[in-house]
Amino acid sequence: MNLFDIMGPIMVGPSSSHTAGAARIGRVARSLLGEEPREAELRLHGSFASTGKGHGTHQALIAGLLGLAPDDPRLPDSFRLAEERGLRFTFDTCTIRDAHPNSVLIRVTGKSGRTVEMGGASLGGGRVRVFEVDGMACTFSGELPTLVIHNTDQPGCVSHAAGALAQGGVNVATLQLNRGSRGGLAVMVIECDKAVPPQVVEEIRSLKAIQRVTCYIPEGQEATA
Amino acid sequence: MIDFQSIEQMLRDTEEQGLPLWENIQLSDCRQQDISREASWKKMSGLLEAMIQADESYREEDRSNSGLTGGDGGRMTRYGRQTGEDSLCGAFFSEVIAGALRMGECNACMKRIVAAPTAGACGVLPAVLLPCRRRYGLSDEALVQALYIASGFGMIIAERACIAGAEGGCQAEIGSAAAMAAPALVFLQGGAPGQMAQACAMAVKNLLGLVCDPVGGLVEVPCVKRNVIGAMDALSAAQMALAGIESRVPPDEVLDAMRWVGQSLPATLRETGQGGLAVTPFGQQYRPEGMEGA
Repeated sequence: MNLFDIMGPIMVGPSSSHTAGAARIGRVARSLLGEEPREAELRLHGSFASTGKGHGTHQALIAGLLGLAPDDPRLPDSFRLAEERGLRFTFDTCTIRDAHPNSVLIRVTGKSGRTVEMGGASLGGGRVRVFEVDGMACTFSGELPTLVIHNTDQPGCVSHAAGALAQGGVNVATLQLNRGSRGGLAVMVIECDKAVPPQVVEEIRSLKAIQRVTCYIPEGQEATA
Repeated sequence: MIDFQSIEQMLRDTEEQGLPLWENIQLSDCRQQDISREASWKKMSGLLEAMIQADESYREEDRSNSGLTGGDGGRMTRYGRQTGEDSLCGAFFSEVIAGALRMGECNACMKRIVAAPTAGACGVLPAVLLPCRRRYGLSDEALVQALYIASGFGMIIAERACIAGAEGGCQAEIGSAAAMAAPALVFLQGGAPGQMAQACAMAVKNLLGLVCDPVGGLVEVPCVKRNVIGAMDALSAAQMALAGIESRVPPDEVLDAMRWVGQSLPATLRETGQGGLAVTPFGQQYRPEGMEGA
């Protein structure tokens, strides 16, 4: 927490958790997709489902998927903007076991057909937590530059990624690894203290067992890259 | 994380450093975040500018999605102008009340606001700072410094007590906003850091125990009008501190009490929409879907 968590953020009202946080979750999903989204299915859980309508949660999530920041005055108008940009979306409710009350599952497909599934929770004050990527449990805040790496569960992937980061002078803040089954798909989530330079991302991609590397950079931290 | 765990420590350290309080707060945060003072100042100035813009964005005809909010800021603004010094509260206080309502309504109507410390309490700081700016011809520089003072106290409240309604009730939102605004006002009036601490403590004490019981779980009723009491609380606490009045209970102990009270509040009165005003016959009409059995 810093001074600007107390004073700020600048945001479109009415709720830092149900509006600003929702927009931020949408933006993380867009960033993980890495391209212009075409289709999105959103399922709201808990308080997002029950009071989302009055809080503009739906508009905020779509605004985030369109890349709008939580303080973008176009946020309340995001449904119209989605139509203009060719993003189709559906909303539903769901119950996620043991999830934070302000949670949403997003399945988003981009123009190339690439699909990302993500679970995000809004913790209050506009802060968020991603708790699931492509069916794998993980935890990251979206406050730090984050790498999400899909790889085949085999020896050497973690050391390859960690080695590339070390070479590039990037300090690892947190690291998580989960796999679906032995030898199956694994997801590695690495939060870093600074933005990961493109050549480091390329180096990580060079290992055959690594299928996909998604680089998430928080709003406003692009310049430090 | 800020360097200071308590108000006492913040004041002592500031004295030892021989710096103005706002500057020590800024420096401490720059160290923690590893950012330059220029970047920090620019960001804080941006927040002040956004507050001013938000106030200007108010439209009396705007209504919230629920239809519960809108128009009162305009009503109060007109009444204040018509009655001037002859009204019950006088022209300055009318302006403060109107400003708090306008900002609370802007938030409910999905306008761009500055959460301070939360969106629901976004009206308190601008409601007192902007009328002071007009009344005393304050520079933007002084107001940005005042925002540092407010944030410094806010950080300690967040660390030692809480700033989320779901955690500590409305005292944590409107109460915290008032407790941030009060020292900022003392600062703008040329008061000493010790008086700022006293203003903070008195502002907290006077709203201790305020519950979070929003109708329909929405940031509208009673949140919008609670910004008014937050602003009034800040002004009166600052005025008392400037007169040399002190809180009998030391400031840090007041914050500990706030935490204690917050933790003791039942969940029904912590932003769940399941208690107080939310469960009145009126409030029940706005009960969110799926929460009927709750």
